[in-house]
Amino acid sequence: MNNKWIASLSGLLFGAGLLLSGMAEPTKVIGFLDLKGLLDGSWDPSLMFVMAGALSVYISVFHLYVKPRVKSRTSANSAISSGPVCDSQYHLPEVKKPDGQLIFGAGIFGLGWGIAGICPGPALVNLGSLDISLGLFMLAMITGLYIGKLSQNYLGSQAQA
Amino acid sequence: MSLLMSFLGGSLIGLAAIGLMFFNGRIAGISGILSSALLPKERAGSDKETGLAWQWFFLFGLVSAGFVYALLSGSSSHNQPQFNQVSTPLLIIGGLLVGLGSNIGSGCTSGHGICGIGRLSLRSVIATGVFMLTGMLAAVLIH
Repeated sequence: MNNKWIASLSGLLFGAGLLLSGMAEPTKVIGFLDLKGLLDGSWDPSLMFVMAGALSVYISVFHLYVKPRVKSRTSANSAISSGPVCDSQYHLPEVKKPDGQLIFGAGIFGLGWGIAGICPGPALVNLGSLDISLGLFMLAMITGLYIGKLSQNYLGSQAQA
Repeated sequence: MSLLMSFLGGSLIGLAAIGLMFFNGRIAGISGILSSALLPKERAGSDKETGLAWQWFFLFGLVSAGFVYALLSGSSSHNQPQFNQVSTPLLIIGGLLVGLGSNIGSGCTSGHGICGIGRLSLRSVIATGVFMLTGMLAAVLIH
């Protein structure tokens, strides 16, 4: 099957999962992140259950079916057919070690997430609501992505020079 | 009941994400997919892909799910999600930080929190710990 059909289907299922799990709703996200809710019993643990559901599927399938195939490319084990079904290779990050940039970026991302209760997946899946506030968030988010990309291109060219 | 739905919805997210890895060998990180679609890298001549990049097809599926949901839930506006949890300036600051941070930190909730932890990547475990902490900090202070 064509990799673009797979990508569409994956996006559709991903969106359905976000909507059904409640994670597309900022109130649920903020209800989890705002620990003040623990004091009066209004804390919402939903996000933990969403993560648990997603990770139980991802961790098990990845380690049972995908990781042996990734490994068989590097060792000469031809018993397991290597590579993904619709591509010649797995596209996994080459950087393995944590660094300051990762921690700084994740820190900034978290602040924005805690303020608005929206991250990129829910922002996109909620475009269907045609909500003005969400549209503003989306524009700001894309601007932020763009600023990040520009500054990294600039820093990269400085480092090479 | 709602916690069971959260778990099942989460499993569906996991299935979508591992499907993309199993079939296409790609990480289902939404911020990465969005920035690759909008701001594609200059590629070397080895790129055999023609036409619209696969990232656009993923985004099309994701956005379609939202439109179908909005149509099905119809005019029952009482169960529509509310996005104006904070004032407009804060909402814009939040959006800027989410975009900038996910670009600098190479991922967001989906890329690090699900696909990265799903591969037991140390970088993603650390990133997820950090954004959960700063997310809680921001939420406690602002809401």
